[in-house]
Amino acid sequence: MRLGQRFYVVEVVAGLALTAHHFFRNMGRHIAHALGRTDVKGAVTVQYPEEHRPYSPRLRSLHRLVRREDGSPRCVACMMCETVCPARCIYIVADEHPNPEIEKVPARFDIDLGKCVFCGYCVEACPEDAIRMDTGILEFSSYSRTGMIYTKEMLLSLEPASPDGRPTSPVPIPAGRRP
Amino acid sequence: MDLGIAFGRVAFVMLFVLNVGGLLTWVERKQSAIMQDRIGANRASIFGLRLMGLFHPLADAIKMLTKEDFRPARADRFLFTLAPFVSVFFALAAFASIPFGDTLHLAGREIPLQAITLNVGILYVFAMLSLGVYGVMMAGWSSANNFALLGGQRAAALMISAEIAIGASIMGVIMVYGSLNMQDIVRGQGEPLLPRVFGAWIPAWGILTQPLAFLLFLTAGIAATKRIPFDMPEGESEIIGYFIEYSGMKFGMFAMADFLESVVIAGMTTALFLGGWQVPYLTAGGFQFPWGWTLGLPHLLVVLLQVSAFVLKVSAMIFVLMLIRWTLPRFRYDQAMRLGWLGLFPLSIANIVVTGLILLVGRS
Ligand code: SF4
Ligand code: SF4
Repeated sequence: MRLGQRFYVVEVVAGLALTAHHFFRNMGRHIAHALGRTDVKGAVTVQYPEEHRPYSPRLRSLHRLVRREDGSPRCVACMMCETVCPARCIYIVADEHPNPEIEKVPARFDIDLGKCVFCGYCVEACPEDAIRMDTGILEFSSYSRTGMIYTKEMLLSLEPASPDGRPTSPVPIPAGRRP
Repeated sequence: MDLGIAFGRVAFVMLFVLNVGGLLTWVERKQSAIMQDRIGANRASIFGLRLMGLFHPLADAIKMLTKEDFRPARADRFLFTLAPFVSVFFALAAFASIPFGDTLHLAGREIPLQAITLNVGILYVFAMLSLGVYGVMMAGWSSANNFALLGGQRAAALMISAEIAIGASIMGVIMVYGSLNMQDIVRGQGEPLLPRVFGAWIPAWGILTQPLAFLLFLTAGIAATKRIPFDMPEGESEIIGYFIEYSGMKFGMFAMADFLESVVIAGMTTALFLGGWQVPYLTAGGFQFPWGWTLGLPHLLVVLLQVSAFVLKVSAMIFVLMLIRWTLPRFRYDQAMRLGWLGLFPLSIANIVVTGLILLVGRS
């Protein structure tokens, strides 16, 4: 310990000078902001529900099922994602596809997002590139567990996020969700 | 009529301290936020009106009042309830003899602007400040919780080391101004400092006549408020202190007492070291600048200026206290004890001796 540090006073004053400098600099910026200089910001705070930080394009957000050109799911109900899912939160019921070229189609495709750990394994496992996590939707909390279960129709209705990461489709509301 | 005036004086001090104390929760949030490049609590709103988070103290109070008021089964019922009241009461009472203005002459009466005029005002403030720790000890003792008891012990140990340093450090001030009456001390600070050297340019504020005592008093005073960097009685972040068993408004009262004590320490520092209600060059008849200008002012305006100067100085002092609270980390318990007993106390004794010698040489 240096001698100056032993007596506290010097170091304390240096610390106070630093914090006081921040205070007055930010205060000046806040005042400038209030007076109309909206490009000057006194804080690094992002006021969350009103403001968002840009999301990374790699962000894993709410799943969506990719559609074919006719609007039917691209998924062939191969159960790969259901098998690989560590949280066991995907539930698929397979059905015959009307087109003989395509083997199967999911009659039901439910994801319980209350259990999902957003690992992205389902996306990696899918041989048909039929499930993706690029909607940019992160705010789909619910007061009930059933409100977290997303069905095939909901997942099919979603669109990929815009380049800045903002969602482009509205968040579907599961039937079991209380307001 | 006299009773009314007395009541008014007390009410002014009470409302001033209480309101400033309540406002300090807002100041603390906002000032810390601005110091740390944040915005701070700003969500509480009435009809969409946010006013920079000014409603948060109100929201806090409502929350505190509506929370469950829990008392542990084995706690001492009487003392457990009494403790927060003791804390707040003595913190409030301590401000009473701090003068917030010179004597006001109104309609042939002389009204001292001070809640109570005491010859030994300074001792009274001390007594009240030290009695405040009884609330804390009571809380620790009566909670029937060992952690609370330890917190209370820490508070008592800290308080003793701080009180002694406070008492010893202001001895120098008392010697310089030759009075125990706070009003006299403030008046003394209106005199020019070393008139033979500086003429009438510099007022003899305590911070100039007693710089070391100012530092010691401020340090010990912060310790007496039990706030960071001397918050080991509370240790909110981890070691948990005397109010561990308190909830609801009783807990709020302990938090309130800390803020009130901050106001008291700020008021004392102002009165003893920053010239109290003195405005530089303002005398009872108006401004008298040392370069020869004079500006006559009516008596009421002078008093108003003085009271606002006092409020301004207290606010500035509170700003400094907050700055310290949000800059420094907590002292460890043994460090605080060492600082109190091996740092502040001997230094303040040395200050007394040196002050005495200087006064002796100066007089002869
Ligand atoms: S992200 Fe992971 S946990 Fe969620 S559904 Fe896909 S595989 Fe299961
Ligand atoms: S892995 Fe792909 S194709 Fe297979 S069931 Fe899952 S989403 Fe459908």
